[in-house]
Amino acid sequence: MADRYIEPDSPELRARWGNFAWTAENAEKAKQIVARYPEGRQRSAVMPLLDLAQRQVGAELNTQGWLPIPVMEYVANYLDMPIIRVVEVATFYTMYNIAPIGRFHVQVCGTTPCMLRGSDDIMAACKAKGLKKGHTTPDGMFTLTEVECMGNCASAPMVQINDDNYEDLTPADMERILDELAAGRQPKTGTQLPGRHTVEPAGALSTLTAMVNENHDYRGEW
Amino acid sequence: MPKVKVDGVEIEVPAGATVLQACELAGKEIPRFCYHERLSIAGNCRMCLVEVKPGPPKPQASCALPASEGQDIRTDSEMVKKAREGVMEFLLINHPLDCPICDQGGECDLQDQAVAYGRGTSRYHENKRAVTEKYMGPLIKTVMTRCIHCTRCVRFSEEVAGVDEIGALYRGETMQISTYLEKAAAHELSANVIDLCPVGALTSRPYAFEARPWELKKTLSIDVSDALGSNIRLDSRGREVLRILPRVNDDVNEEWLSDRGRYMVDGLTRRRLDKPWLRRDGKLVAATWAEAFEAVAKINPGSAVAVIAGDLVDCETMFAAKKLAGALGSTLLEGRQTGLAYDTSNLAAVNFNSGIAGIEDADAVLIVGSMIRDEAPLLNPRLRKAAKKGAKVFIIGPQWNPTYPATFLGNDLAVLNDLPAAVSEAFAAAQKPAIILGGAALGKGALGAGLAFAERFNLVREGWNGFNVIHMAASRMGGLMLGYAQKGGIADLVAAKPKMVISLGADEVDFTKFADSMIVHIGHHGDKAAHAADVILPAAAFSEKDGTYVNTEGRVQYAEKAVFAPGDAREDWTILRAMADALGVSVGFDSFDELRAAMVAEVPALGVEGLADYGPLPDAPADAKAEGVIEAYPIKDRYLTNAIARSSPTLQRCSAELLHGEPQAEAAE
Repeated sequence: MADRYIEPDSPELRARWGNFAWTAENAEKAKQIVARYPEGRQRSAVMPLLDLAQRQVGAELNTQGWLPIPVMEYVANYLDMPIIRVVEVATFYTMYNIAPIGRFHVQVCGTTPCMLRGSDDIMAACKAKGLKKGHTTPDGMFTLTEVECMGNCASAPMVQINDDNYEDLTPADMERILDELAAGRQPKTGTQLPGRHTVEPAGALSTLTAMVNENHDYRGEW
Repeated sequence: MPKVKVDGVEIEVPAGATVLQACELAGKEIPRFCYHERLSIAGNCRMCLVEVKPGPPKPQASCALPASEGQDIRTDSEMVKKAREGVMEFLLINHPLDCPICDQGGECDLQDQAVAYGRGTSRYHENKRAVTEKYMGPLIKTVMTRCIHCTRCVRFSEEVAGVDEIGALYRGETMQISTYLEKAAAHELSANVIDLCPVGALTSRPYAFEARPWELKKTLSIDVSDALGSNIRLDSRGREVLRILPRVNDDVNEEWLSDRGRYMVDGLTRRRLDKPWLRRDGKLVAATWAEAFEAVAKINPGSAVAVIAGDLVDCETMFAAKKLAGALGSTLLEGRQTGLAYDTSNLAAVNFNSGIAGIEDADAVLIVGSMIRDEAPLLNPRLRKAAKKGAKVFIIGPQWNPTYPATFLGNDLAVLNDLPAAVSEAFAAAQKPAIILGGAALGKGALGAGLAFAERFNLVREGWNGFNVIHMAASRMGGLMLGYAQKGGIADLVAAKPKMVISLGADEVDFTKFADSMIVHIGHHGDKAAHAADVILPAAAFSEKDGTYVNTEGRVQYAEKAVFAPGDAREDWTILRAMADALGVSVGFDSFDELRAAMVAEVPALGVEGLADYGPLPDAPADAKAEGVIEAYPIKDRYLTNAIARSSPTLQRCSAELLHGEPQAEAAE
């Protein structure tokens, strides 16, 4: 996080993104988003609109998408708000990419639960695949970042790649997922453990076993 | 009115007060960085922690905690002491230890509070954060590594100035204060963030490394860069005024100052007239005072004398010149240099009657022909406050950005005769309606129409006078009180064909019209009038003489002398007194005190600090009709409006970079 910097403004950037505008489909979406907020509070739509803009840029570039300066200006204009306020939002939240990014944004969680469950190995697996923290691979396929808790501690370690989570990872899983993505296939999202569906206890149920078949009053046993 | 106990002493505080304000009322000092009375509450520096019961058993930020009945506040407990030490230690983690090379040293909140509330030592051994340099224009020097993220500058530009240009980018430890794409902060109040910054992150660029605060002599003065009469402090060392800072006066400037008033200061030492000059064979040559007065005596004008007062002169100078002209038998006095000729028979009709602070209460405002941000920069935050409270603002004149919602009614003054329904409805419904006439409106003769408007919508009512005229010259109201106005304006002077024209720093006059007159220029800068003058008598700038100024709302204020005038230059009144001798007449005063006494005897209002009373508003002339189109506002370049400002390299650079878009000169560091 510490190394996020806005992509500097340049004539090339202006030339490439200066005439950014919503696609017909996104224009409709943007209108809907703005309509969610009460009269006079349209500026509240800045966060969803930045996301929409990022996705549109992503679709154009076939990457996860990012927010060039002219695109932020477009959103500011669209909402009639000072550009500096938009930039403040975009730089505050790490889910907005403020510099160009690869096709897949690999966000490895390194917070304590994931770390205890082996996120260091996941990170090493990514590195073994040629990914470098804070950088995009030369083929433009992967960008690797380490992030803080994504709220999947029950199925740690986990990684978020674009909009999908991959949980209960082993280094082998990680390598497989990266290979699949690179080959253009969609690996299974969510937990990678064969017997697990979401975040129910892995293996056998270990707590409240008396509750499996019927409702049981534990209170007397406390 | 809740009662609270502060350190065991029970006091009653106004409803809505915060715990911090309650502590201040009780006489306790609460350290703070982000809290500022005139800005919204941010609560992000955590320096103002106090212990409050009832409440969670931990220190609480007093700036954001409302005082409520029965609170027991401790500011002297062990918990508070430890909390302050802890916050200070955290603040200092990323603050560089560069006080010896920091311009804020000696007047730094962080420095003072670290001494008063800190631990004295640091336990921090990691690397400190460093932040890349930011560019904020020719006025603000940034050393962002020193920033403690109080966000006062962000809140100032958003709330007071109304120009969203400074923001806090990124977050947490890596948060950085910056303008968008590091463009220069370009609005007319931008430099106030320097005063607001509690550390040395934002300092004055022209003043960088000039002096330490303890070396400076502080003199109370009045800003002459516009007609608001902002209260200022001149900080001088030796014979030079090094900087100008605002003083607190809630009635006038709160605690802000326009960039023009603040950075005029380096014009005070440049392009000065420091010896007399005489025109010989069409060329100005240096002379002695004796030769200069000889030349004046040789003009021997009899009663064919006219006096033109410039924008920056004080009342004493104008009064002395009036006495001199009177002794010679002339009453040809004029101060409106650019040819304005509005009716001055009743000064209430050319006064800012609502008061600068009072206009905040207005709920409908019509601005006629005034680009407020250029003409009276500190009035705009007041109007902004009014607009925030719900006032409807209408403007007649070319478009400008007022920073608050306003409806432009076009350039044609005729709209005053036939107001759109929205305007008349707003004014009919308003409790405190106000009109503000600017220089452009006066130039088109809209004063009568303004008065008619005031009559129509009953602008003067119980406890409220909504008729306002905004002037642009610091000397204007004082000059009008002293009779510096002819019926036909300066054209009357031209028509009288005086033998001698005395210019009191009158740099805006078109002297080609006085081609047949001898022009005696009593001024301090080698500006426009000096080029036209036949005799130049070097005088003192506002910082070099005591003086009385009357601002646009009729507020009489005194400025004090900070330094001596350079070289052979003398205070204006002594020059006029000596001229009287040279011309063989008597003006009736021999000292400044006698002069001031004579002035007060003639115009008693000038002897009382505070608002002068001009009586009731006159009736509108029966045939008052507004006509004419306002093509442009009188101020073309907001940084270079007077002789001192035009001589200031800082303001010249501002004008070139911020207004005329010349490439930004890189700092020579």
